[in-house]
Amino acid sequence: MDWTILIYKTIFLFIILLVTLLVAMYSTYGERKVAAFMQDRRGPNRAGPFGLLQPLADGVKMFMKEEIIPLSANRALFILGPSIAMTTALLTGVVIPWGGIITIGGREFSLQIADLNIGILYVFAMVSIGVYGIMIGGWASNNKYALYGAIRAASQMISYELAMGMSIVALVITTGSLSLHEIVAQQHGMNWNIFYQPLGFLIFLTCAFAETNRAPFDLPECETELVGGYHTEYSSMKLGFYLFAEYINMFISSAVIATLYFGGYNMPFIDQLGLSQNAVTLLGTMFFFMKILGMIFLFMWIRWTLPRFRYDQLMNLGWKGLIPLAIFNILATGIFYYFTELS
Amino acid sequence: MEKLTNRSRVVSDKKMTFLEKIYLPAIVKGMIITLKHFFSKKATINYPEQKREFSKVYRGQHVLKRDDLGRERCTACGLCAVACPAEAITMIAAERKPGEENLYREEKYAAVYEINMLRCIYCGDCEDACPKEAIFLTDRIVASQYHREPFVYGKDILVEPLDPEKRIDVSARQTESVRNFKLNKRFAHNK
Ligand code: SF4
Ligand code: SF4
Repeated sequence: MDWTILIYKTIFLFIILLVTLLVAMYSTYGERKVAAFMQDRRGPNRAGPFGLLQPLADGVKMFMKEEIIPLSANRALFILGPSIAMTTALLTGVVIPWGGIITIGGREFSLQIADLNIGILYVFAMVSIGVYGIMIGGWASNNKYALYGAIRAASQMISYELAMGMSIVALVITTGSLSLHEIVAQQHGMNWNIFYQPLGFLIFLTCAFAETNRAPFDLPECETELVGGYHTEYSSMKLGFYLFAEYINMFISSAVIATLYFGGYNMPFIDQLGLSQNAVTLLGTMFFFMKILGMIFLFMWIRWTLPRFRYDQLMNLGWKGLIPLAIFNILATGIFYYFTELS
Repeated sequence: MEKLTNRSRVVSDKKMTFLEKIYLPAIVKGMIITLKHFFSKKATINYPEQKREFSKVYRGQHVLKRDDLGRERCTACGLCAVACPAEAITMIAAERKPGEENLYREEKYAAVYEINMLRCIYCGDCEDACPKEAIFLTDRIVASQYHREPFVYGKDILVEPLDPEKRIDVSARQTESVRNFKLNKRFAHNK
């Protein structure tokens, strides 16, 4: 292996890590602002200009809090829970193509850390492991509310992963590839997958809300019934990790949705502008981030609009609504492509 | 039965139609509503920089007035304390010594005069009861504190400053009609 590539990948990895953390940090700020604005309030505006230092203040607060590990909790697992949640949340960013190809000194570098040929499956694997973080944390707390939250999280994630996977199957039929790089490349210009898979997109979006434990599917941490859900017993930065992991997950799922359905870093009419390769790549990355931020806004918008589902409604929607729909979507896509391919 | 508001709805558990069952139209409708609020004028104001306008006769922190010569008007008659529904006022009376005529207007004065701002409900009854026009409520806000003790305001806070420039203006509440009412012999307090 050639050294420049290794160095480049390491640097790029750190940049992505920092950007992910930064976006997640400011999502907390954004969330509070969006919530406030939708409720005719002003939101945090005291720490720094427009309250921009608020996430820092929150972070400091989290670190200063007393660290409590309940006596009856399983110490090792109690610490393992938030670590898993945070690690898996961060791992997913590796396969996302953040941009096209950039040329430095005659060498081409791709703005994607690892172009796995089964990129989508990797994302799914990571998301599935993420649920262990919640489960282990909730179970190790030795608290009935936490356990309830953990059980809910587990069953909710399993139910919605099915429908999510099936909506991806239909997408894979249209694109013919599991590699995220390939999928983005195919959506060049305005050739976005959402126009081919609108139903699949809706299913995927709904499942993404459920997978990230965001309202209206935030039953695992449903504060009205379960105190704090799986993180009832957590305090200090361990709680911070759980909350932070949720925002990272939101960022990553926004990125995945933008990649799969909104053409990733592709911009409409970019070919007509006649820009150099590097400029196109940079513009594309910026455009990609705009899409991601738009998706994050959608996440928040939904959260502050819809009330929480009841648990039976959640299961009904998952098993009786989304899964049949997803199967129907696969069938319809399959039949459509079978006949168009034949002709 | 007559409806109390026009917002009441008859509740029924009829089967949901298809459009209701897929939730989407309702979700979109809700999202449009929240988006409208996103851009609407905010109900909150930036408090310390920006203050809400009070009514001219707002009932806030009390002031114990001095007369034009700078003498305290209160004569420690205790009528305000009796009138107070919250029993927020306590006082200790004292007799004016010779030579103190420039300090106190009447022969008897309040050596201690305390209002517990946590008990007070800002009804203004003390002001109505006062025959000497000594106590008034003003449009000042009682400052917040971390403990209870500082909320018991003594004469150091209540009595207005001597300096004519710094006198508290109560002209909005001390109108001619208020004065006439107080001087009217028909009412019990003047008999
Ligand atoms: S305003 Fe009312 S409650 Fe307050 S001190 Fe006067 S009489 Fe008592
Ligand atoms: S009613 Fe007036 S004069 Fe009498 S004690 Fe109260 S403030 Fe003083």
